Amino acid sequence: MNFFSHYDYWVMLFLAMSGLFIVIARGNLIKKLVGLAILQTSVYLLYLTPGKIVGATAPIVDASFTVYSNPLPQVLILTAIVVGVATLALGLALVVRIREEYDSIEEDEILRLDLDPADDKREAKP
Amino acid sequence: MNFAEHLPALQIVVPLVSAPLAVLLRDRLAAFVLVLAATWTAFAISILLWLQVGESGLISYAIGSWPPPWGIEYRVDALSSLMLMLVAGIASVVLPYSRASIEREIRQDKHYLFYALFALCLSGLLGITITGDAFNLFVFLEISSLSSYALIALGKDRRSLVAAFQYLIMGTIGATFIVIGIGLLYIKTGTLNLADLSIRLQAMTSHRPVLAALAFLTVGISLKLALFPLHQWLPNAYAYAPSAVSAFLAATATKVSVYALLRFYFSVFGETAIFQRLPMEDLMLVLALAGMFVASTVAIFQDNLKRLFAYSSVAQISYVVLGISFDSVTGLTATIVHLVNHAVTKGGLFLLLGAVIAGMGGVTLARVHGVGRVMPVTSFGIVLCGLSLIGVPGTAGFVSKWYLILAALEKGQWWLVFLIVLSSLLAVAYVWRFVEVAYFHAPRADLAGVREAPLALALPAWILVAATIWFGVDTSVTVGSAATAAAQLLGVSR
Repeated sequence: MNFFSHYDYWVMLFLAMSGLFIVIARGNLIKKLVGLAILQTSVYLLYLTPGKIVGATAPIVDASFTVYSNPLPQVLILTAIVVGVATLALGLALVVRIREEYDSIEEDEILRLDLDPADDKREAKP
Repeated sequence: MNFAEHLPALQIVVPLVSAPLAVLLRDRLAAFVLVLAATWTAFAISILLWLQVGESGLISYAIGSWPPPWGIEYRVDALSSLMLMLVAGIASVVLPYSRASIEREIRQDKHYLFYALFALCLSGLLGITITGDAFNLFVFLEISSLSSYALIALGKDRRSLVAAFQYLIMGTIGATFIVIGIGLLYIKTGTLNLADLSIRLQAMTSHRPVLAALAFLTVGISLKLALFPLHQWLPNAYAYAPSAVSAFLAATATKVSVYALLRFYFSVFGETAIFQRLPMEDLMLVLALAGMFVASTVAIFQDNLKRLFAYSSVAQISYVVLGISFDSVTGLTATIVHLVNHAVTKGGLFLLLGAVIAGMGGVTLARVHGVGRVMPVTSFGIVLCGLSLIGVPGTAGFVSKWYLILAALEKGQWWLVFLIVLSSLLAVAYVWRFVEVAYFHAPRADLAGVREAPLALALPAWILVAATIWFGVDTSVTVGSAATAAAQLLGVSR
């Protein structure tokens, strides 16, 4: 097994790790979501690449074909894409709301604003 | 074709369909009635399924009549039927409570959306529990997670938004890890059916991709179940969510994740692969002990009661994981019993805290001074739940600790018994913090006129408090089902 025989997995790993790194290292909430989206997208590759066999066709039984590709991974990933889009949409919606309330989308600023000891006062608001 | 055959599908379909219908109705009363009807129906179905499983042992339902392993299979056994009943039962109690509770916390024109989200979250959690298909499990996990992020963000305090965002990030990383794990298993075996996976994996449990899958699944699910030290999202999420949401999630969300962990560990990989060839036993033991002590200690120093009891949840989840680490029927019985007991206790506790918020306007320790005098019934309920968290005899918590200690003794680990008792003392400390401010301080002048919580809030809370006491006295349902489920997981006949 050499490096290039599994290059698709290396691509997937590189994407997943860069996504995860962005989520952890960046303080900007939008950038965090971008990282998260890259992490999720990398998984699509993990599922899709083993489903494809070179020279194979769609699984329609016919005498002239003998090798078929598995269509299931694509169906699964279609679902995963929907999940990814929903997550991203919800995340962005939350960022909009956070921006309205805190007037910032930088994690460190938001955490500093939350250290405000007026905890009890805010709770009392009707 | 008869009706009873299709109960497993209806278990999910009924709450799932009620969610979009509630959105279409756009009326808060109509949406409430609809979702309430769906939730209670789901609870009734879960009881019927539990009875059916009690007779036949296992129900396998092929969705769309496609036989497993090709089609998606719904599979109900002793463990999943118990969890279905727990989740649907808690939802049935929390939903009527939420009507009076969100009145104070969420804008009225958003109420129908709350009910829709609640129904979605419920169907997601039930789906994780009932499905026998790995990818389907991921989809239901995301349905429940996405709706719970939105539910948490509905909190009145603006910090609920940040808490929801943090939970979204951590939860999505967890879910992505789970789906990577499932993907690796799928690449190795070509199947997604959990029962089929377990057969095909037997010959290859030491292959590297399978071990990687195990690692990804473990980390992913541990994030979802808030296993120490992956619990960072939990305290804020529970503390700033609307009261009804805190109660529902605290009682069910992490428990269902534990269920998923049990399912993958014992039903898919098998006990020998996990515990005899890998040092998982020591790993989980260490993490559970660290969680028990660190989270309980942190809980003692919290100033907000909801945060305090959220940290206590992290500690209690550690007891659940401790039970898994024993890898014995008694240990797993303790795990499953504690899942149920802690769900009931924490659910009741958060509902009562919601009643305190309704009365006193907040649950910071400085604010709830003297709550024992102005709201004596509610405070007494919180103390009862606190006693269950400590594990005082006569409460549900005692039963779970008792089985944990039995499991430790079975393994001959005396020092663990000592540590379990010692960590319970930390629980005494954090429960005492409430008792001290509630009973030994005079209420603040502006809050001295606060009255007892209305019946709409008190009654559901007290149902769960009563269950906490009931499960501490009569253990036939909880321990009986848990022991059967544990034996089934380990493949031991009883």
